[in-house]
Amino acid sequence: MMAKVNKSKDVSFEKALEKLEKIVEELENGDLPLEGSLKKYEEGVNLARLCREKLDKAKKTIETLAKNSEGMFQKEPFEDEEEE
Amino acid sequence: MRDDKVYTVTGLTKDIRFLLEDTFPDVWVEGEVSNHTVSSAGHAYFSLKDKASVLNCVLFRGSGSRVAFRMEDGMKVLCRGRVSVYDKRGQYQLYVSGVEPRGRGSLQIAFEQLKKKLLEEGLFDQKHKKELPMLPTTVGVVTSPTGAAVRDILNVARRRFANVEILIRPVRVQGGEAKKDIAEAIKELNEFNRQAAGSGGRDRPIDVIIVGRGGGSLEDLWPFNEEEVARAIFASKIPVISAVGHEVDYTISDFTADFRAPTPSAAAELVIPLKEDLVARITGLGDRMYLAVKGRTDLYEKEVSRLGSSYVLRAPMNVLLRLEQQVDELARSSASSARHAVELAEKDLGVSTGKLSALSPLAVLERGYSITFKDGKAVKKAGGLKKGDLLVTRFAEGQASSRVEDREKGAVDG
Repeated sequence: MMAKVNKSKDVSFEKALEKLEKIVEELENGDLPLEGSLKKYEEGVNLARLCREKLDKAKKTIETLAKNSEGMFQKEPFEDEEEE
Repeated sequence: MRDDKVYTVTGLTKDIRFLLEDTFPDVWVEGEVSNHTVSSAGHAYFSLKDKASVLNCVLFRGSGSRVAFRMEDGMKVLCRGRVSVYDKRGQYQLYVSGVEPRGRGSLQIAFEQLKKKLLEEGLFDQKHKKELPMLPTTVGVVTSPTGAAVRDILNVARRRFANVEILIRPVRVQGGEAKKDIAEAIKELNEFNRQAAGSGGRDRPIDVIIVGRGGGSLEDLWPFNEEEVARAIFASKIPVISAVGHEVDYTISDFTADFRAPTPSAAAELVIPLKEDLVARITGLGDRMYLAVKGRTDLYEKEVSRLGSSYVLRAPMNVLLRLEQQVDELARSSASSARHAVELAEKDLGVSTGKLSALSPLAVLERGYSITFKDGKAVKKAGGLKKGDLLVTRFAEGQASSRVEDREKGAVDG
């Protein structure tokens, strides 16, 4: 009945956070039956975990973008020159 | 006077022309603009007038393109040019090579004119503003690769959240060619996203563009007051943050962009969040979630205690305990996502264990009550007992067996 839940790999951080916020609101409203709210809670905990994972998967790159002769974009590492 | 030379019209006109051109090859004239019109070829015709006289002027397209502001009737201007004759009309006029407004600077007027025009066209309307992504993975930067802006942005990126890809599209940010560079770069970054969409995930699309440069004079910042740049920003499908100069500098780009940052550093801070902030936010949500569920179970607890604490309630109590345990386990299992929540959960668990034990039937027994069982079931009505039935009585400590001697069906004061 909850088939859509665990497609989580492709969910963006923002989407996951948005969903988490919605769940928190639903739980705070207290309209759900107890068992239902536990299901939501579990979903929320998973979303929170997913968000944390996304935050921890950190890698920074700095590149410049230019078109090559075929008109395709190409990235080059950015040389950070120290002069003004 | 037959000896006198007879001119042809053309000859005389030519001589007058030479005379005028020799005498007024480069003059400055001040006056008020009137009858200003622009031909389809892009040449501007107007008159300069003062209280007593009128001077016809022409500003050809080539020279006109170097005038930053748009001339309007009634404007006081200073024109530079040469005086010559338009032979076909026998009309002398000023061939204008440059125009300066009197009073305010020409750039200032140009700024105000463009601002008014684009405002009326709706380019600054709030409804066109796109939302900035909260956690962009790829940030496009349109600026000079050697300027202060790029260094500031990279410094912020280093200091803050690391999980971001910064794609710099180098451009000139001052001088006459800068506007083309900047406008083209914004278009290209949008084009890049179309390529990225077809790359099967190899290229991540750009989530937000920072366009800007460090501080400078009004002339230095001028490209960001150009219509071409404003239009490119407006047309961008990717949200654009304009970050030009210092806090006090406002440009047309700022008005057109989805967001204005006072400086390039501020722009970077806007889109590159602090990891700690995000962690705190998730943790906060974890806490609220936990408390909400906890609040529910507490409510049930209260309900249970209100109804009394006889043995039969052990069953719902058990359900409750199981649910609470589930909540706490989930909170604990989300250690990485809600560190804080777990601490809270554990603290709370201590409290609620006390609360629960106060409600537990055993605690009731502590207070001197006991529970009587027959065949393993709690006895609630004396009416169901027969003389000689074996009963087991549970006390706070230990239990005892006994047999029924007599019974009364009605309620007994307890």
